Amino acid sequence: MIEGIFVEGLIYGIMVLGVFISFRVLDFPDLTVDGSFPLGAALMAQCLLMGVNGWLALLVAFAGGVAAGVITSLIHNHLKVPNLLAGILTMTMLYSINIRILGNRANVPLLNQETILTQVTGRLTGIIPDDYILLVFFAVVTIVIKILLDLFFRTDLGMTIGAMGNNEQMVISQGVNPKTLKSIGLGISNGLVALSGAFAAQYLGFADVGLGQGIIISGLASVMIGEFLILKSNRIGVLTLCAVLGSICFYAVMYVGRYYGYVINMTPNDLNLIKGILIIVLLVMTQSKKLKKAAVRAVVKHD
Amino acid sequence: MIELKNVSMIFNQGTVNENQAISTINLNVREGDFITVIGSNGAGKSTLFNLIAGTITPTVGSIHLNDRNITRDPEYKRARYIGRIFQNPLLGTASNMSLEDNMMITYKKGFKWLKRSLNHSMREFFKSELVQLRMGLEDRMKENLALFSGGQRQALTLLMMVLSRPDLILLDEHTAALDPKNAEIVLELTNKFIAEYKLTAMMITHNMSHAIEYGNRLLMMDKGEIIFEAAGEEKKALTVEKLIDKFHQIRHKSFESDRTLLSEE
Repeated sequence: MIEGIFVEGLIYGIMVLGVFISFRVLDFPDLTVDGSFPLGAALMAQCLLMGVNGWLALLVAFAGGVAAGVITSLIHNHLKVPNLLAGILTMTMLYSINIRILGNRANVPLLNQETILTQVTGRLTGIIPDDYILLVFFAVVTIVIKILLDLFFRTDLGMTIGAMGNNEQMVISQGVNPKTLKSIGLGISNGLVALSGAFAAQYLGFADVGLGQGIIISGLASVMIGEFLILKSNRIGVLTLCAVLGSICFYAVMYVGRYYGYVINMTPNDLNLIKGILIIVLLVMTQSKKLKKAAVRAVVKHD
Repeated sequence: MIELKNVSMIFNQGTVNENQAISTINLNVREGDFITVIGSNGAGKSTLFNLIAGTITPTVGSIHLNDRNITRDPEYKRARYIGRIFQNPLLGTASNMSLEDNMMITYKKGFKWLKRSLNHSMREFFKSELVQLRMGLEDRMKENLALFSGGQRQALTLLMMVLSRPDLILLDEHTAALDPKNAEIVLELTNKFIAEYKLTAMMITHNMSHAIEYGNRLLMMDKGEIIFEAAGEEKKALTVEKLIDKFHQIRHKSFESDRTLLSEE
């Protein structure tokens, strides 16, 4: 039970890291996520059904996500389409593509299919108590991805991408084409989202075109919860940790809402409303936090 | 070194809003020149800089750098040999990153790869360079730039630009948004760096006495044209009064409206 609460947060944590990159590092509100998440799930499911090795299938899903992100950036960069619209365009096109990948079906079950998760469970049975196998596995996967991201954003290229989200002119003045950086950043972001989708499909036991619906809102809410939990920092390691912790908190709340919501007469259909309200509440709270800080500063100055 | 040949810039060509911002300018910037540019608002100073930096491409004419035609090169390509500092001190650095990260990004021009160059010796090098600014920044390497003042950030932008040794630097009223004390410090640093590293520079200023005091050439612009140029001894002999008379002579109109824009101190 406890394990179930955290596993979802860890799986979707990979997606939240992707959303963190586009929204916070690149300052690019990228809605491609709603399409690249089920893209990852669909590619994973189809690869497994075709008998492709699970780890190779993960790589395929990641590559698919990268391609989706790069397409969004190309639409934005070369056709001068606003970033929101570019993401929506790719997302809409991905809906059809995902159904194609799933073989003209909207849903593909993976219940009796050998997946990475069944392999891992098989290998670790007896070493770790059964209930905790998936928890440990996903904790390791998510932390490894987080650390790889931290390392990336501390390289010269990663730092330049970080600077671009803050100040595009500065990057241009350094003789770097910001379009290239946007493509790299969105590629990595959507690659991670697709990877998350691939794991989600195996965990849920099916791939569905509707998996990505509203996922961007969940991702954004998670990022915001993470930022709310921990003090502001300029260290990328702390920021990515916030994103993962935010995801765990958010999905824990959603899990509780799904299973125990009936107590207050809530159905799973109400969750999207709850997510939206949660974001609005968080926005209001961060606003008032900022106002308070400004007020304190003004008082200090007057003294 | 940089040469503008018959360059004109017309915005919104063929519409009611047509606006000739630059009309047929010919300019040759020689190596080692320090050119000050003055002119009232709307004279085309910033448009001239935008054309040289590559933010906009000219409607007519061509721009050459060391005899290479760069008219069609985008801004980011030209940025490898042309450095530019803007009036807004926030445009040169990233607020949400630490000082050392900012210095790492701005230290080298061009695309950066998956290498981690920020190490101990690099930090020591940055510190030794920061000492030149005499602002105590060398002890604040890990701090976010959002905590720094506009003057400190502008001085830092200047230092980092100088370290990359560009062929030409464009200073677009880079002290105008700073308080008088910081403006003075940044201007002194600018003059020092240009002399020390023998840089070629162009500086827009609204301050006529600065325009006369600094540099070896002076350009006066009005309505998209260079109406007056002084160099060498002729420039040294200039005073603010003479400049205003000159403008009056050439344009046959009162400078009064512009006096308010061009400060004399």
